[in-house]
Formats: sequence, C-alpha cells, structure tokens
Amino acid sequence: MSVLLDISKMDMVFPTPKGPFTALKGVDLKIKKGEFVSLIGHSGCGKSTVLNVVAGLYQATTGGVVLNGKEVNEPGPERAVVFQNHSLLPWLTAYENVELAVSQVFGKEKSKAETKEWIEHNLQLVHMDHAMHKRPDEISGGMKQRVGIARALAMQPDVLLMDEPFGALDALTRAHMQDSLMEIQNELNNTVIMITHDVDEAVLLSDRIVMMTNGPAATIGEILDVKLERPRHRLALAEDPEYNRLRSEVLKFLYEKQRKVEPINKAVKVVQETTEDAA
Amino acid sequence: MSTATSLVKKIEESIEIPSFAQALIMKSVQLVGIPLAGILVFMLLWSTAAQNIDTSLGKFPGPTAVWEQFGNLYNEHVTSREKESAFYERQEIRNAKRVEADPDYVPKVRAYTGKETFLDQIVTSLVTVMSGFLAAAIIAIPLGIAVGLNKTLNTAVNPIIQIFKPVSPLAWLPLVTMVVSALYVTPDPTIPKAFLNSMITVTLCCLWPMVINTSVGVASIDSDLVNVSRVLRLPAIKHVQKIVLPASIPMIFTGMRLSLGIAWMVLIAAEMLAQNPGLGKFVWDEFQNGSSDSLSRIMAAVVVIGFIGFLLDRVMLQVQRFVSWDKASAAR
Ligand SMILES: Nc1ncnc2c1ncn2[C@@H]1O[C@H](COP(=O)(O)OP(=O)(O)O)[C@@H](O)[C@H]1O
Ligand SMILES: [Mg+2]
Repeated sequence: MSVLLDISKMDMVFPTPKGPFTALKGVDLKIKKGEFVSLIGHSGCGKSTVLNVVAGLYQATTGGVVLNGKEVNEPGPERAVVFQNHSLLPWLTAYENVELAVSQVFGKEKSKAETKEWIEHNLQLVHMDHAMHKRPDEISGGMKQRVGIARALAMQPDVLLMDEPFGALDALTRAHMQDSLMEIQNELNNTVIMITHDVDEAVLLSDRIVMMTNGPAATIGEILDVKLERPRHRLALAEDPEYNRLRSEVLKFLYEKQRKVEPINKAVKVVQETTEDAA
Repeated sequence: MSTATSLVKKIEESIEIPSFAQALIMKSVQLVGIPLAGILVFMLLWSTAAQNIDTSLGKFPGPTAVWEQFGNLYNEHVTSREKESAFYERQEIRNAKRVEADPDYVPKVRAYTGKETFLDQIVTSLVTVMSGFLAAAIIAIPLGIAVGLNKTLNTAVNPIIQIFKPVSPLAWLPLVTMVVSALYVTPDPTIPKAFLNSMITVTLCCLWPMVINTSVGVASIDSDLVNVSRVLRLPAIKHVQKIVLPASIPMIFTGMRLSLGIAWMVLIAAEMLAQNPGLGKFVWDEFQNGSSDSLSRIMAAVVVIGFIGFLLDRVMLQVQRFVSWDKASAAR
C-alpha cells in the first residue's frame, strides 16, 4: 500500500520569553492508508506538538507534512481531531454537535434526510444513539468522548488524529472505549494516529507503535511493529507471549532507555537557585 | 419509671411533625423570616434616627411619613387622570356642538397639558433607561466581540475604554446637551431633547462594562473549541454565530447586568440635570419646592428607585436564565 501521510524532517521551535525552545528535531514518519499508529512517550516530550502540526493547528518551523500528495498548512476536516477533553460545544446536544460538523463538511452534498441518517449512523457506531439529544453536561466523561469520536468519524477524514482520547477516563471506561474503537476500526479501517501514555492501549490497538525520545529536541526513538492477529481480545492477549514481548519492549524503551529525570530533583534545584538568588 | 418514659415517648410520637414539613418550615423561616427581621430592624433604626434629625423642612421623614406619601402620590395620579379624561370629554362635547352648528368646521383636538404624575415619571424613567441601555448594548456587544477576537484591536481600544469608563455622567451631560441641540434641529421634535440628553448620557456611561465583559468572555473561550472551529473550517461569520457568541453568553450577561445597574444610577442624575420628566426630575422638583412634604416625597422616590433597580436586575437574570445554556452561571 502507498504512503498516505508523510511527515518529513519536521522541526518545531517555539518562541518563548526565555528564547527559542526546540521541542521537536527531525521527526520523520510515513504512514500507510488504513494503518493505526500510536505515539507514545513521556509527558511533555512533544507528542501533542507532532499531532497539532499534522492537524495544521501548528506550523512546523522546518520540514512538514504531506497528505495525499498535498502539503498541509492549515487545519481541515480531512484531518479530524479528537481532543483529550472531548471539546464538545456545551450548549449543543450530542446530535447537534455532530450535526455542526456534518453540515459544515458535507453541506449541500447531502439532503436533509441523508444528513440526519448520517449523524444517527455515526452516533450508533459509538453506541450513543440512546442519548443523542442529551447535552454534554448530562452525560458521563466516557460518553462525551464517544460523541467526540462520532463527530470526528462523521467528517469521513483521511486521517483520524486522537490526542490521548481516553486519558481522562477511569480504567474500566477506558477498556470499554478501546473495545469500541477496535470494533469501529474493524468496520471502517481508518488511518489513525493516536497519542497515548498507556502501554497496554498502544499494544492492543496499534499496527505500529512510535516511541518518542524525551525533549527538548525530541524525535522518534524506535518504531515497533505490532503483528498480532485481528480481531484482538484483551483477555486472550494477556497470556500471548508476543503481546507480552511487545509490551515489555515499550516498557524498556520508556523506563530504561528514556528514563525521565526525576522531577523532584528539578524542584530541589530550583529551590537552591532561588535561595542563591536571594543571598 | 419505665411507664413514664414510654408515656413521654408516646406523646412525642403523637405530636411529631413529619420531617418534610419541618424542613419546609425551616426553609421558609430562612427565606422569609430572616430578611423580614432585617427589614424590621432597619425600619426601627430609621424611625428613631429620623425623629432626631431636624432639617429646615421639618423632621426627617420616618417610615410612616413615607408610607403616607405613597398613598398621596397614588391619589394625585388618580385625580390627574380623572381631570384628563374630563378635559377630553369637555373638548369632545364642545367640538361636537360646533360641528353641529357649522358642518364645515374641522374640529381641533388639543392635548391635555397637565403635570406628569409620579407614576408617569416612573414610566418615563423606565423608557429612558431601557432605550439608553439597549443603544449601549447594540454598540457594545459587537464591539466587545470584535475586540475579544482581535488582539491588535484590543490593544488599540483598551486605553480608550479604561479612560472613559470612570467618567461621571455629570461630566458627559453638558457635552451631550450641546451636541444634541446642535445636531437635532427639528421644528417639532417627536422625541424631546431632554429625553435624548438623558438617554445618550446613560448610553455613554453603561457602554463600558458591556464592552469589557464581552471582550473578556470572547478572548477566554476554551482554545479546544476554537480548534474545533478551525478543523471544521467554519467561516468567520459562522464561527462567531456558532462558537463565539454562545460561549461568551455568560460573560455578556454579567456585563449587561453591571451595565443596567449603572444605567439606572446614571439616569437619575442625568434626569435631574437634563430636566427629562422622570424620577430624577421628580426628586429635583421636590427639592426646589421645599414644602413640608418634600422630604418624605423624595424619600418615597428613593425607595421606588431602589426597588426598580432591584427589579431590573431580577428581570435581567430571568432573561439570562431563558437565553443562556449555562444554568450554573445564571444561578446567581
Ligand atoms: N505553544 C507552545 N509554546 C511554547 N512551548 C510549547 C508550546 N506547546 C508545547 N510547548 C512545549 O513543547 C514541549 C512538548 O509539548 P507537548 O507536545 O504538549 O508534549 P506532550 O503532548 O508529549 O505531553 C513541552 O516542553 C511544552 O512545554
Ligand atoms: Mg499532550
């Protein structure tokens, strides 16, 4: 299969009050159509920055992103984003939230009846058809995230970008959501980039796991191919030797090769510096 | 001993009030009883203080004197209305007679020119304050949205807002008066100048809180929601309509409530000076009048002014409850 999304030599330098801060340096990644790629790395390494550049919300300082042979330089619905905090419009119902996206993306292409059907279909896909007409403050965190996913799917994106979509959910809800996502993926076979900090989630869902080094000047450390049979079942996989090997590979990368400097030391250092300043 | 305790228990059971009724009583005491007690204490303090203040117009009015004035003011209104209808009746009869005598006669209808009653003045004040406030809202909310969306515009406009915000209505009024007399020249003004003067002064004073609150509300929209709009490539107008406006409704209403409060305060001062026939003019006329009733009539006006100010805020809150999706911010 051909390359759908090509991230090449991407650098990201943020101007900060203390001078330029190089968040990313030389990120290179090619993603094929229908592939499910997860980005994993320690907090603050630059995962969201990569995703935001792909989404077009940030502009890379050098290098860039090519989707379907076209350079990405602004956001657009062909790169739908599922944000960590659902980001549903609180004054609209689940249905209306999806409707805003559908009417904007398809506009006059779809008739009124088709639009309605398409919205309902996508809400059904995430098992939210029973609470279509509820507003975000009337449904649980997991349900909000489901609606957020439905909204993104309804745009029929070329790539689905998800920034820690289940990060704010409790473990049980998260497991449900992962199962739902696999089920949807089985049906639609979307191209997905998902950020996660959950090792099990990465192995369970991905075709490839992209592991990022710590920042500043973070880049891709290693890429792990996950060749587990689909459909995958979390219980069966728990005893699968290949699953456990992949899992420990990721853990090794995160906790041996890219051990994060203890933040406590940092805090002590800051305190020392300030006391020195005072003196 | 044991029989005695069981007897007590039985009596207790038989007179036990159901707990929900108990809760209801507690709640009504809290909601009605305590404020009522507060008002009573205030009345007591007021009447004792009033008895000890002697002015050139007699003793300072206590609650009873003010209460009597309410009755008087209402009766004056009723009498004036009776006079008015009698005037029109007489005019009609006169005209009918003249038409009868001379069929070519075109009857003249003259308007009744009696003094405005207290109730008329309340109505004028309400109309003036609402016109001034609405004019301000029509300017301030779009301006606030533009300022909130555009950082450059914000930097440009902010110093102007900060400088004009604390200006007293008394400073604006002479300027407004001169400008209105210069620009509004019609032989037969349907809208009286005094009304325009007070209305524009109100507008100038209550513009700023709405601009500031709207722009802060717009500028502090959750960046995720803005990103949703960017991903969907919503056109600018749709972005404002679908995202910006609903998201900043709570802050817009905070600004509107602040502004309406200011508008009402400013109005009384403006009417005093502009001689717009409203509550401010009523207070001023009574002060100039200097009769023995004047102070109690002014005090009655003070109570009415306060009460209307309170009602305006409540009405605004109800409108907010009706319009806003954010019921939590509309609870206060
Ligand atoms: N808009 C920005 N301006 C300045 N620095 C930023 C900005 N966005 C992110 N950063 C910095 O870039 C680094 C990577 O951030 P991010 O991509 O959010 O990390 P992650 O998502 O992996 O937790 C962090 O050090 C962060 O402070
Ligand atoms: Mg992040």
